[in-house]
Amino acid sequence: MRLAAFDEMLPEVSGLRRPYSAYDRWLKEQDPARLTEKMQDAERVFRKTGITFAVYGEQEASERLIPFDIVPRIISGNEWRRLTQGIEQRVQALNAFLDDIYHRQEILRAGRVPTELIARNEAFLPEMIGVRPPAGVYTHIIGVDIVRISEDEFYVLEDNARTPSGVSYMLENRETMMQLFPELFQKIKVRPVENYPQLLRQSLAAVRPQGTKGAPTIAVLTPGSYNSAYFEHAFLADQMGVQLVEGQDLRVVDGHVAMRTTEGYKQIDVLYRRVDDSFLDPLTFRPDSALGVPGIMDVYRAGNITIANAPGTGIADDKAIYSYMPEIVEFYTGRKAILGNIPTWRCSEPDSLKYVLEHIHELVIKEVHGSGGYGMLVGPAATKKECEAFAKKLQAKPSNYIAQPTLALSTCPILTDKGLAPRHVDLRPYVLVSDRIQIVPGGLTRVALKEGSLVVNSSQGGGTKDTWVLDD
Amino acid sequence: MLLGRTANGLYWMNRYIERAENMARLVDAGLRMALTRTQSASEEWSSVLLSAGSDVTFSQKYSDYTAANVADFLLRDTSNPSSTMAAIETARNNARMVRTALTRETWESINEAWMALKRMLAKPIDERDLPSVLDAIKRETALIRGSFYGTMLRNEIFDFSQLGTYVERADNTARILDVKYYVLLPSISWVGSTLDNYQWESILRSVSAHRSYRWVYDADYKPTNIADYLILNVRMPRSLTFCYRFLCEHLKFLGDDYGERHACHATAEKTQTMLRAGSIKDIFDAGLHEFLAAFIRDNTKLGNEIAQDYRFN
Repeated sequence: MRLAAFDEMLPEVSGLRRPYSAYDRWLKEQDPARLTEKMQDAERVFRKTGITFAVYGEQEASERLIPFDIVPRIISGNEWRRLTQGIEQRVQALNAFLDDIYHRQEILRAGRVPTELIARNEAFLPEMIGVRPPAGVYTHIIGVDIVRISEDEFYVLEDNARTPSGVSYMLENRETMMQLFPELFQKIKVRPVENYPQLLRQSLAAVRPQGTKGAPTIAVLTPGSYNSAYFEHAFLADQMGVQLVEGQDLRVVDGHVAMRTTEGYKQIDVLYRRVDDSFLDPLTFRPDSALGVPGIMDVYRAGNITIANAPGTGIADDKAIYSYMPEIVEFYTGRKAILGNIPTWRCSEPDSLKYVLEHIHELVIKEVHGSGGYGMLVGPAATKKECEAFAKKLQAKPSNYIAQPTLALSTCPILTDKGLAPRHVDLRPYVLVSDRIQIVPGGLTRVALKEGSLVVNSSQGGGTKDTWVLDD
Repeated sequence: MLLGRTANGLYWMNRYIERAENMARLVDAGLRMALTRTQSASEEWSSVLLSAGSDVTFSQKYSDYTAANVADFLLRDTSNPSSTMAAIETARNNARMVRTALTRETWESINEAWMALKRMLAKPIDERDLPSVLDAIKRETALIRGSFYGTMLRNEIFDFSQLGTYVERADNTARILDVKYYVLLPSISWVGSTLDNYQWESILRSVSAHRSYRWVYDADYKPTNIADYLILNVRMPRSLTFCYRFLCEHLKFLGDDYGERHACHATAEKTQTMLRAGSIKDIFDAGLHEFLAAFIRDNTKLGNEIAQDYRFN
C-alpha cells in the first residue's frame, strides 16, 4: 500500500517549497556523477572515524554504519520557531509531571491520569518518591520525535525522556556535509548545531548539587565499548572534555561517587548516565548489574550527585502515558498543547481494543514499553497471517499495547541510483533543560530508506540526513 | 589525572601495536633466512617461532614448519593472541575504549590499520604476496606511530602510552637475542670471533637494525658487537638501554606530575643503572642467557608494578 504523502521539497500540488529553493538551484547545477562520488566519500568518512552502531543479535555485522543520505532536510526559520514553542511547552510539562508524580501526585488526585497506570508501571520507581533532584530538574536531555503530515500539521510521535540517543549523528552529519559541500554553506545560511556539546556541558554544570565546591566534575557513564551507542558516549565525553566512565571505575567513597584514577579516587558531581535505571545501582535495583555503581542511589538521595537524566524519568515517556500527554500539558501549563499527539487507542480499554482488533490491518500497533522499532506491527504493510498472529498477542495482554492510525509521514527526497526519490522521514530535535530550556536548531532526521516504508529506526534499515534550520 | 582504566587501555593499546609490528618483523627475518638458504628452512622457521614465544602453541596446531604455516600462525591466526591480526584487533579495542584520550588522527590511524589488515589478512596469504603483506603491516604501524607522535600532547596520556611501547619492546628485543643466541652460537668459544653467517643478519633484521649496525660497527657480524648493540647502545631505538632510558624518563614525568614516587620508579631505575654500568664483557662473563633471563623477569615485574602503582590492574 502506498500513502499519498506530503513531500517537503516538492509537494505534488504546490511545486517546489520555499525553504528548498536555494538548495534546488544548487542541485540543478551539479553533475550527477559527482554527487554519487560524494555519497561514497561520505561513507568512507563515517567508516574511517568509526561512527558505527552495533545491531543486537547480528554476529557478523556487529559494527554497522547508519546509512547517510547527502540531501539535507530543510526547515525554515518560521517553521522552527513554531516547533520550538511546542517543544518547550511539552518539556516543561514533562518535568512538572515527573515532579508531581514523585511528590503530591495531584494529577492523579484530579483524575486526569488513572492511578493504576502509574502504580503498576515498571518505569515508575517508588525509590524516587519524595526525592527532589538537584535544581529540581528530572529530565535534562530530551529527544522529541516529531512527524509532519502536511504543510501545517506536526505531531509528536513520542517523547524520549530517559536517555535519548542519536545526537552524535546530528553533529557528525553536519560535519560530514560541511566537508563534502563547503560551497553550499557559503550560499545558504544554516543555523549551527556544532555548539551542542558545549551547551550540554554548561547545562549539566548548571544542575550540579548544591554543595559542589568550585567547578563541578562531570562524567559520562557508559555500559562499555560493546554497547550499541558506545560511539556516541565516547563522542560526547570527548567533545565536552569530560571523563567517560564505566561502572567498574566508580564507587562510593565518603558519601560521594568517585572514579578510580591514576592518582586515586576523585569525586564526581554530575553524572550523565547512558545506563538504564534498572542497572544503575545493584543495591537498589537489579542486583546482578555490573554496569552501575553500588550505593549511588543513597548518594543521590543525599543530594550529593546529579544524575542526568534522573532515575524514574521513564514514566514520562512510557507509551501508555503518551496518550495522556495532551491532558498532562494542559494540566501543568494551563494551556492547550501547541504540538498535538497522534490519536492513540489504549488497548487496555475494552472499546478501544475492540476497535483495534477490527481495524488491525489499518493501524500501527506498538508495545507500551518497546523501543527501537522492535515488537511493533505496521498493519497496512503486514500480511494477513502476521496480523492474525499479532491479534493473538494483543488479546493475551491488551494493556501491553497501544495503536495509532497509519500516518502518511511526510517525505524528503534521497539520492538513489535513479536520481532523487521521496522517502518517509521523522525528526528528533534535542532539548536541554537546566535553569532554562535550550533547543539546538536542527536535530536528527531519520529516513526510511526502503521505498514506501514507514519505519525509520536505524535497527530496521533506516538512515539519517543532515537537518538544516535556515537562518531566515 | 586519568581513569585507571584509561591508563590501562593506553598501555595495552601500545603494547599490542608494538607486538603486531614485531610479529611482521620476525616473519620478515625468517623469510629472508629461508630465501638465502638452499636446504630445508624449517630450522629457521622454528627459531622464528621460538623468538615469538609461540613455538608450543604452533606445534599443537601444525606439524610442518613451512613459510605458509608460520606466516599464517604469526600474522593471521586470531586464536594466537600474539598474531598481528589478533594484536591489532586488541589494540583497536583498547583504542576504542580510550577514544576520548586519543587525537582524532591517532584513533583514525588505528582504526584504518585494523580495517586494512582485516581485509588483507582475511584469506590465507599467497607466498608470493608475503613480502608486500609484511610491508603493508609495517607501513600501517608506522602510520599509527607517526600520527601518535605528531599529534599527541606530551602529557600523562603520552607517558602511559610510551610505557606500554617500551616495556613491550624491551621484552621483544631481549627474547629475540636470547633465543637466537642459543640457536646460532654453536659454542662459547665462538664469542669474539668473526662469523661469516648470514643468520646473524637475521637477528639484526628482526629488530630492523641490519643497516644501522654497519654504521656503528664494522661490516662483520660479531656476536659481542651484536649483543652490545642490542643491549647497551644508547642510541639504538630497540636496545634495552634505549628502552629503559625512556621508561625512566616517562616514569619521572608521571612521578613529578603526580608528586609521588612508587615501586615501579625504583625498579626501572635499578635496571637502568645496571645497564649503564654494564659492559658487554661482564655480561658474557656472567652468562648472556642468565643476564637476559633476569632482565626479562625484571621487565615483567616492572610492567606489573606500573599497573599496580597507577591503579589499572
